[in-house]
This record gives sequence, C-alpha cells and structure tokens, in this order.
Amino acid sequence: MIVDKLQQLGQKSIAKIQGMGRATIMLFGALVAWPTPRKSFPLLLKQLYVVGVLSLLIILVSGLFIGMVLALQGYTVLSKFGAEQMLGPLVALSLLRELGPVVTALLFAGRAGSALTAEIGLMKATEQLSGMEMMAVDPLRRIIAPRFWAGVISMPLLAMIFTAVGILGGHLVGVDWLGVDGGGYWSAMQANVDFQQDIMNGVIKSAVFALIVTWIALHKGFDAVPTSEGISQATTQTVVTSSLAVLGFDFILTAVMFGG
Amino acid sequence: MSDILVDIQHLTFKRGDRVIYDDMSMQFQRGKVTAIMGPSGIGKTTLLRLIGGQLKPEQGKILINGQDIPQLNRKDLYKARQKMSMLFQSGAMFSDMSVYDNVAFPIREHTRLPEEIIRLMVLMKLEAVGLRGARDLMPAELSGGMARRAALARAIALDPQLIMYDEPFAGQDPISMGVIVRLIRSLNNALGLTSVVVSHDVNEVMSIADYVYVVAEQKVIGHGTPEELRAHPSALVQQFLQGESDGPVPFHFKAASYSAELMELAK
Repeated sequence: MIVDKLQQLGQKSIAKIQGMGRATIMLFGALVAWPTPRKSFPLLLKQLYVVGVLSLLIILVSGLFIGMVLALQGYTVLSKFGAEQMLGPLVALSLLRELGPVVTALLFAGRAGSALTAEIGLMKATEQLSGMEMMAVDPLRRIIAPRFWAGVISMPLLAMIFTAVGILGGHLVGVDWLGVDGGGYWSAMQANVDFQQDIMNGVIKSAVFALIVTWIALHKGFDAVPTSEGISQATTQTVVTSSLAVLGFDFILTAVMFGG
Repeated sequence: MSDILVDIQHLTFKRGDRVIYDDMSMQFQRGKVTAIMGPSGIGKTTLLRLIGGQLKPEQGKILINGQDIPQLNRKDLYKARQKMSMLFQSGAMFSDMSVYDNVAFPIREHTRLPEEIIRLMVLMKLEAVGLRGARDLMPAELSGGMARRAALARAIALDPQLIMYDEPFAGQDPISMGVIVRLIRSLNNALGLTSVVVSHDVNEVMSIADYVYVVAEQKVIGHGTPEELRAHPSALVQQFLQGESDGPVPFHFKAASYSAELMELAK
C-alpha cells in the first residue's frame, strides 16, 4: 500500500521533471538561432498585436476599477486617522509593487496565455506543426519564438499601462469624488515613490512573470495531447499552473526585493 | 545516378514495448509511384514520418539519395527535407493564411524570389490542381477534397524529388477521389517526381501504382507490380486485396471457445 503510493509519487515527480526538461528543450530550440530580422520581425509584429494589443481592453478596464476600489478602501481607513493625503502613495505603491505586475500577469494568463495554448495545441492536432517541419521550416523558430518574445515584451508594457490607469482611477474616486486634495494626491505620491525601489522592481517583477506565463502557455500547447480533450486540458493547465507560478514567484521576488 | 531514390534497409522501430516494424526492407524507384498498403493500425503513417526524419528508428538505414536520414544532423536533415514533401491526411493547411499564401509559404521560406515570380509559381501550381480560382479563400472555406488538392499544390511548390501521400483517398467522395487519383499519376509523370502512396484503398492504389508493398505483422508480406500481387500466393495478401472479413486476419478478436462460454452460462 505505502509502496504503491510511493511509486505513484515517484512516477508523478519523474513525469513533472521530464515535462520541465521538454519545456526547457523547447525554449532552447526556439531561442538559440541566428536572428533573421527580414523574416522574424513581421512575425513578431503580428504576435505583438495578437498577444499585446488585443489584451489592452481587459487591462485598461481592470486597471481602472482596481485603482478605484483601492482609493475607496484606502480612503475609509486613512480618513479615520486623518491621513487622506497619503491616498496617492497608497494607491501608487500598491499598484506599482504588487497589483500591477500580479493582476496583469493573471489576466494575461487568462486572456493571452490560454489563447496561445489553444492555438498551438490545435496547430499540433491538425498536423500544421508536423507539416511545417516536413517543409523544412522549424516550428520552434517560426511559431514558438515570435510568440514568446511578443509575450515577454508586451506584458511589462501592459503592467505599466495597468498601473497608470489604476492611479488615474484612484484619482477619479479619491480626488474627484471623495474630495481629497488633488495637489496633495500627486505631490505625496512623488515624494514617496522611489524610481529604483518601486518602479524598477515592479518592472522586473512583471518581466519575470511575462517569461513564466508565456513559457508555460507555449509549452502546454506544444506538449498537448492532440485531441479535443487534450487541448481543453492543456488550456486549463496553462491558466492554473501559470497563475500559481505567478503567485509563488511573487512571494519570492517580494521577499528578495522588499523583505529585508 | 542510381534507379533507387529511397532505400530502407533492415528497419526496426518500436513504440514503447510495441514493435511496429521488425527488420523491414523496401525500395522506392526513382520516377515511379510506389504504394504501401496494409490494414489500419500497422503504422503506415509512422513509416512516412521515419522517412521524413521526424522519428528515429531503433535499427536500420533509411537512405535517400544515398544519405542515411536518421544519421543526419539537424542542418542536413532540414536540407534533405527541402527535396521531399508530404501530403498529410488532413491536408495540414495553415488555417491563418489564404490558399495563395499557403502555397507561397515554402517558396517564401526557402527562396528570396521577388513577389512577381512567386505569384507566377503559385498560380501555376494552383492551376495544376484546378484551384486557381480558389486562391483567395481561407482553408476553412474549402471542402475536404479541395483542401487536400490545395495542400498538394503546396507540396509541389518547390518541385520536390519525393512526395509522400498519407491516405490521400480517405474520406473522399467518388468525384474528388477520382480527381486525386488522376492528379497523383499525372503530377508524377509531368514533374518527374517519385511518389509514395500510403493507403488501404486497394482499387485506387492498384490503378495508379507501379509497384506495391503490402505491409502487415511488422514486415512486408508481399510486393510486386499490381499484376504480380493479384497472383500472389500468400493468403494474407489475398485476404487484404479481396477485402474478405475472415481469413488469416480473423474476424473474431481473440476469445475463449464460444460453445464453452455458452455452456458455462447454461449451467
């Protein structure tokens, strides 16, 4: 009984490690190549549009609402201590350090990550990847690489947009609705936000999340069982695994950046 | 130049513990249509993937123009693949490109020809399969037969030496089946290709093939010209060619004696 359980655990661990190995080999195959700008650049542009621009709406709307909610919640607490003028830094720091990178990554995993997995999984199921390989075109370089770079480039930009819109949302609620002093909102923010410590760390976080989410999404699609059930499972796994990975890495990065 | 384009020698291939091919040899003559037939599930598609270098055999050689495909490094394998083409069962058209762009894809990838020349080449290939008028359609707008013809136009875009057809007749209505049968033969003759057709549609294959291999039980059980095969002594070959439900390949899945089982119930 216990031996069986141990055996199962061992098998699962081996399968997980093999999966990670395959994911690493996939990424290595996609990225280690002579750059051919004439061919790669148009492909990258197209993917930047699909992965980045098409995710803009959900990022803008979510950013606005999260900023508004932050201001509302922050105001109720701060006003008890007569510290309403600190609303600006509260909203800005929460967004820059945590919510901007993390929520963007979670939304990105749901919006773009799942789409990437489904697209590549379907390409595999309909033999498009095999067909490409037989035409002497490497699908890793033609399909995976542009999507990977598009994800890595667009997510930090989306996180910045998310944060900026969130701060405006906070202004809308805090200043325009609840009557916090507008000049105070901005000047307190300016005084309390440090470029290196807050802004750059936020950008680094979202770059790390971008790498993780895009990598997981591409690997799950590329490794999917080429059936309708396999693709649906892979898509679900992309969202679940990348969300958990983002939250886990967020803790580690926060501990390293702001912990001590 | 040798008469044999593809020479498979003592090929052994396993999937896990299951042996797919056991010490199998076959040769495909240059300029001819060679067919590989056999019951479903014996790994005919696997054979094409082995020839294309997508899978590696346990043992044996797969020589194309004297080059051993499984031994090639990545760069040489990709170079070798430029001289071969494969028509997948589904067509494998790129769903995000029009028919025109699909056919232009290999030309754009492997040459630096100006767009005007590419246009000429694409229209020529589409004309050959009768789909010049469908060039602006997306693959999703094509019927199954048309998709396969469009994929065929793409497969011959760079005038390969070898073209492999994976079940080209499966799931086709009689008219498109006739069209594809005619196309395989006429393209082979007109372009000087070497064609390999994997199929279990006996009549269609026998009508166009110059040479036929029948594969079953992990090896070649019979080969020859269609006429030679029709007179082949092997009962298994005859069962397959005639489509008989019982014979060396039994109708019944392996089971205990029927009468014994019924008696068991009666007790």
